[in-house]
Amino acid sequence: MKPSPWVRMDAWVRHFIPFGVTLILLFAAALPTHLPGIGGIAPMLPMMGVYYWAIYRPDLLPAWSAFLIGLLYDVLSGTPMGVYALVLLLVQGVAASRRRFFLAKTFMVAWWAFSLLAAGAVVLAWLLMAVLNGAPSDPRPLLSSYLATIGLFPLFTWTLARTQMALLKDV
Amino acid sequence: MRVKQSGTLGRLAALRLLAQRFTFLSLVAAAVLLMLLGKADVLLIERTRALVIDAVTPVLDVMSRPAGAIAQVVSQVRELASLRAENARLRAENERLMHWQTVARHLEDENDVLHQQLNFVPDPDPAFITARVVGDTDSGFGQSLLLNAGSRDGVRKGQAVLSGETLVGYVAEVGDRSSRLLLLTDINARLPVMVESTHTRAILAGDNRDRPKLSYVAGNPNIQVGDRVVTSSSGAAFPPGLPVGVIASAADGTIWVEPFVHRYELEYVAIVDYGLGGILPFTEKPPPRRHGGAEN
Repeated sequence: MKPSPWVRMDAWVRHFIPFGVTLILLFAAALPTHLPGIGGIAPMLPMMGVYYWAIYRPDLLPAWSAFLIGLLYDVLSGTPMGVYALVLLLVQGVAASRRRFFLAKTFMVAWWAFSLLAAGAVVLAWLLMAVLNGAPSDPRPLLSSYLATIGLFPLFTWTLARTQMALLKDV
Repeated sequence: MRVKQSGTLGRLAALRLLAQRFTFLSLVAAAVLLMLLGKADVLLIERTRALVIDAVTPVLDVMSRPAGAIAQVVSQVRELASLRAENARLRAENERLMHWQTVARHLEDENDVLHQQLNFVPDPDPAFITARVVGDTDSGFGQSLLLNAGSRDGVRKGQAVLSGETLVGYVAEVGDRSSRLLLLTDINARLPVMVESTHTRAILAGDNRDRPKLSYVAGNPNIQVGDRVVTSSSGAAFPPGLPVGVIASAADGTIWVEPFVHRYELEYVAIVDYGLGGILPFTEKPPPRRHGGAEN
């Protein structure tokens, strides 16, 4: 039996949820908080989204989605176009190619792997920026941002998992 | 038959994997190409950036309103905690300012008289646009903010951006209804300044940290901690005398400046057109035109 148009449309909309949720994370990272001290520890929220969906639904957040989100991050944050596009693309690629390993493991393993992958991503971004600017920038704000990202990972992964359970169980 | 089908499926899967690899590699190549194009300062890249920011700004504008309200509540709670101390501080400051007001009134009268005697032509009052900060992505690589006013509101590249009376940065990118404010603390920000008390000229150079530093300090300076730093007229970018910050430390040959306004405090800013060249970060600067021949 062919599903009714409504059912098909519903499924079609649900397919955009991973991209949409990661986009919301990106916008949230771009909001001014007006709080002192927060500026330096801005966590890399879109990276968490890309990592999570690359492991659990790589079909719904493929490489080109990660590329687009990275490109948008570049535009919003003022970094040269292509830097975070490449970084998030590689995060997606590495996480998606190792997903079978993660799916069977506990949350702690996923957290540990994210901390390694995010470290690699930050170092790559720093190197790219050093080459493009012709001079290395101060790595301290990146370190605090990295630590905040690792610290907030359980909270955001829990939220993303709830989203997946609630909206993408049957899709 | 079954074996044959699984063989077809296997070939299909292999083909799909190949296609995925190809997409991945071409995206990597696209990212590298974009970086190279951006490095070559292609106008197309700049236009695209402005267009995308224009499209995203309304979303950020709506989303940042509740965030602003939350931040306001938090700061109100913080203020409650220090109400008594703050009150005492304000009383002391008020007393001091009352004295300054008397002095300023006296000087204003004197200035008026002198202007009349000299037939002085005053600078025209600059036009300004008030914009809200809608985007603040701290990537750790730069210090810039997105504003919700663009070229259709009269914003031009290089214009000064003030918070109150204080210079906080200048406009680096302009879209139709959005623009990017490059803060003085950004690694790419350079501004001709002078130390007010000694008239020592220098360049204020940001390095992405909270405090920019003074470089190319002219002459043999005697700079003290607490001296005010204001814009100078060198380069005819901005009018002289706009306050920027105070000297925070002057140890080991490096002079750090504490800006009067911090990044997180900025909510509304004024984009001011002084009719001067402004600081144009990416394009060739037009020859500066001086006003009224005040300098010979």
